[in-house]
Order: sequence, then structure tokens, then C-alpha cells
Amino acid sequence: MKTEASNTYSRRFFIKSSSAFTTLAFIPNSVKSFFYQVKEKFFVKKQKIPLSVSINNKEYRLDVDTRTTLLDLLRENIGLTGTKKGCDHGQCGACTVHIDGERRLSCLTLTAMIPGKEITTIEGLAKDGKLHPMQEAFIENDGFQCGYCTPGQIMSAVACVQEGHTGSTEEIKEFMSGNLCRCAAYNGITRAIQKVAP
Amino acid sequence: MKPFEYSKAENTTSAIKLAGNSSMYISGGTNLIDLMKKHIHEPDKLIDLTDAVSSEITVQENGIRIGAMVRNSTLAEDSLILDKFPLLSRAILKGASPQIRNMASTGGNLLQRTRCPYFYDTALPCNKRIPGSGCGALEGNNRMSAVIGYSNSCVAVHPSDMCVALVALDTKVEILKPDGNTEMINFEDFHRLPGDNPQKDNNLPDGAIITAIEIQNNSFNKNYDYLKLRERESYAFALISVAAALELSGNLIREARLASGGVAHKPWRWKDAENFLKGENATEENFKKAAELAIEKIAPLEDNKFKTEMLKGAIQQSFMNCVTNR
Ligand SMILES: Cc1cc2nc3c(=O)[nH]c(=O)nc-3n(C[C@H](O)[C@H](O)[C@H](O)COP(=O)(O)OP(=O)(O)OC[C@H]3O[C@@H](n4cnc5c(N)ncnc54)[C@H](O)[C@@H]3O)c2cc1C
Ligand code: FES
Ligand code: FES
Repeated sequence: MKTEASNTYSRRFFIKSSSAFTTLAFIPNSVKSFFYQVKEKFFVKKQKIPLSVSINNKEYRLDVDTRTTLLDLLRENIGLTGTKKGCDHGQCGACTVHIDGERRLSCLTLTAMIPGKEITTIEGLAKDGKLHPMQEAFIENDGFQCGYCTPGQIMSAVACVQEGHTGSTEEIKEFMSGNLCRCAAYNGITRAIQKVAP
Repeated sequence: MKPFEYSKAENTTSAIKLAGNSSMYISGGTNLIDLMKKHIHEPDKLIDLTDAVSSEITVQENGIRIGAMVRNSTLAEDSLILDKFPLLSRAILKGASPQIRNMASTGGNLLQRTRCPYFYDTALPCNKRIPGSGCGALEGNNRMSAVIGYSNSCVAVHPSDMCVALVALDTKVEILKPDGNTEMINFEDFHRLPGDNPQKDNNLPDGAIITAIEIQNNSFNKNYDYLKLRERESYAFALISVAAALELSGNLIREARLASGGVAHKPWRWKDAENFLKGENATEENFKKAAELAIEKIAPLEDNKFKTEMLKGAIQQSFMNCVTNR
């Protein structure tokens, strides 16, 4: 197998292809993006659809590209930047929001699929100017350092309590494993949840 | 992502009518959206099945029927499932994260694509992604790869946990084909081995919809275990997983089931080990023999030789857990 592979990718192939890529790299980005724009305009048809979505009890009527994820809608179209983009691929939990009361990942949710559902983001947790008990508990128990993962952690933590997965430290850790924290504030997060859990 | 048209199907018949050459169905989207962002799937049209396919769990004369739109978290926590097929619940809860399980559907879980790094990295060769480009993992990084049933074209494994329990429980998959006919497929025959065309993960005909799965009643709800070994304790795919179940009468094994994830292109049943255990006593010695029978046939690759010992230990431990009801 190894010899076969080296036959296919000869030295000549390598030099040719790498010089082609180098040339490509010298084309200014502005020229490249111009070509992409032309290509998008004339060759691929973008689809925009009119939608009405309910976020934190407020109705929004928008025209959105079918590709828009709920995460991008929140951050780019509506300006609710509390929900964070960590990986954009379902691997970190930073984008966690509630959809009809259930915790879900907004980076893997298409906006086109959510009309008729109620979305709650971190901005919608506080009521009448008073923080949600989980928000208070995170502050009191050092549930964060840099704070980047925190909105996702809090949304997930609120759901974790509602689901009743707070029977033991191990259960909390298992049911919070979908939210990664690069500052490793895990112990504080677990303590905060234990404070709020019944 | 490449631009696409979006339509929501009202029922399965209209979903099939909406389907075309480069359309794809979407349920939870937890796998498909990720792959579309990476340009691994580039459908021109997405057909939303969430309203079209059943999300009900119903009791039938001789088993349970699970609509293909039932979410993984609903299924894992359903009281009927916990009562009759707790092995399934345990396997589901070992997969992904609570957020993802809230989104993921039963049908989508069966059809999730491999997590082989060569499939995911569009700069590398992968016969599954681009037929004819070669298998990068065969002689490359194959730590996560298969140890049985692979070919020179592909050494990828099926990543699902839920499917390992389903294959152990003799499930049937109900599909609706584009010609309007319904068909029941044995779970074991649903996924396929890679052979020369690894681009096909399973035997679902083009344009067909998974409408439900059915599990026949059995007596594997007392002595069962799902053991998953991975790089970290949670939120990671399996290096090796084992679903084991025993039907005991005293210490005598009346029936045994043994399946694994992380070993092959499909959820793998270890039939030789099952047949050996049937009629034997539930002893550590016999479980060891069963494990040896299972690993006899495997042929690990350069980086995953560790899977042999890991699998042997996991099978023994899993059967012990069945007996001690851990
Ligand atoms: C970070 C991460 C970690 C994960 N960890 C695990 C893990 O440890 N264990 C595990 O088992 N899984 C894991 N998963 C995978 C997850 O379980 C799957 O992504 C999920 O089950 C797919 O279901 P879905 O409904 O979201 O499918 P979708 O993404 O909607 O669809 C997947 C595929 O199925 C097709 N499809 C969907 N429904 C139907 C239908 N009814 N009929 C015909 N075709 C259909 C779609 O066209 C698509 O090709 C993980 C996922 C992520 C993102
Ligand atoms: S941004 Fe959604 S999971 Fe990381
Ligand atoms: S607080 Fe910094 S990532 Fe969690």
C-alpha cells in the first residue's frame, strides 16, 4: 500500500501542486472574495424565507437566509450576543439556549426550523431586574473565571435542575458534561448547581 | 454552508414527493448541520421531517414501536423503555450530551456518519467522502478505526451507542420507500460492511425514510450492561463499547446477547460468544471464554492493537456486571 501511495503522489506532483497553491496564496483576498461574490450571485441561488420567531417573549419578524443557525440569528441579526460561539460544531455547549424549555445547541439549530417555538437565552433569565437564582449562585460560588462558557453553563444548569439530574455530584457532572470550560471552573459550577438544586 | 432550499414536510408521503436528486432529510440536525458546515454534505434542498414522522412510543402486541422522530432523551427516560429495555436507555445516556440528546432523533441516530478523522478533514483522502480518493486511515492514524469487518477501502467505525443496544435487542427498522412501499429490515442487516463501496453506510434505499423501529419483547431487562470505554469519562465517542445481556434461570444462561461499538463499520454482534454461553453457567470462567471467542477473529491495525486486550477485558467485565447487576 505504501509504495502505491508514493507512486500516485510523485515529487513532480508535489512540486507542481504546491507551486499552484503558492500562486493562489498571492492573489489578494479582496480579489478572491470578489470572485466568490460573483459566483454566489450568479451560480447559486440563496434562499431567504420570511419567519416569525419568539425570543425571550418577544416576537421578531425577519427575512433570513435558510442557512442561518439560531446562534448566528441571535448574535448577528438580533444583537443578542450573550449566547456564545465556542466551536460552532456541537462540541462545547457555549451556545446552549432553551427551546420550549429544553436545553439545546443553537449552533446546530436552523432558524428555519424554529417558528412556533419559544426560545430563551441568557438575556431572558433575569426577571424584573432581578438575576435568576442560578446566576446569583454562579457569582457566589466562583462558577467562572473568564466567563466565556458561562452563559451556556447557566442555561444548561437551569435545565439540569429542572430535569432533576442533581441527585449527586457525579450525576451533576455527568449531566453537565456537554458544557466545556477552558478555565476549568467545574468545581464552582457544580457547587452553584448544588446550591440551587432542591 | 452551500445555499439550499428548505421545506417542511407535513407527512411522509409529501416528504417523499419533495425529495429529489440532491435533497436530504433533516431531523435533529445534530450530525447533518455539522457536516454541511464542513461542506461534506452539500444538499440543494433540505426536507424537514420533524412534523412528518411519528414521535410516539407505543405498545404493540409483542413489543414496542418507537417513532423515528422520538428524541434520544425522551427515549432514554421513557418509563416503558426503562421497564422493558433498560439496556437501550443505558446506551443512549452514554452518548453525546444532554443538549444533543434533546435534539437527536431515533432515525437520525441510525444514520449518523462515521467520526473517522479522515472523513471529517476535507484536505485528506477518504473513500467514504470521495470514492476513489483512498483510505487515509488504513496506513495512517487508525487509533479509532475498526478491528473487524473492514476492507482496504475503509476502516471507519459506526459511532453510535444507541445502535449497539438495538442490534443486541434484535430490533427491526421500518422504512418507507420512494415507491410508497413499507419494508421491515432486521437491525443486523440495516448497516453494512464497507467492501468496495464504503460511501454507503447502510442498506437504506436512496430517498427512503426511516419511519419507526420495533423491539420485540424479551427477557433481557434484568441482567444487562452497557460498558463504554473512551478517552474521557463523558461526552466522547467510544474507543470500545460493549452491550451485554443475559436471560438467566438460576445460574444457567438461557440466552445471551453480546454486541460492540467502536470495532466495525456497523454495530457488531458477537454470535459465536453468544452461542457458546447459551446453556452454560454464568461464571467468570465462561465469560472469559466468551471474550476469547470474540477476540479470536479480530485483526487490529497499527495504532489500535490496544483494542484487543481492551475488548477482552470489557466483555468479561460487562458480563460480570450483568450478573452482579451493577
Ligand atoms: C459533539 C457530538 C458528540 C456526540 N457524541 C455521541 C456519542 O457519544 N454517541 C453517539 O451515539 N452519538 C453521538 N453523537 C451523535 C448524535 O447521536 C447524532 O448526531 C444524532 O443521533 C443524529 O440524529 P439527528 O436527528 O440529529 O440526525 P440529523 O443530523 O438530522 O440527520 C442525520 C442523517 O440522517 C438522515 N435522516 C434523519 N432522519 C431521517 C429519517 N427519519 N429517515 C431518513 N433519513 C433521515 C439525514 O438526512 C442525515 O443524513 C454526537 C454528536 C455530536 C455533535
Ligand atoms: S458553539 Fe455550539 S456547541 Fe460549541
Ligand atoms: S470560565 Fe473561562 S471558559 Fe469557562
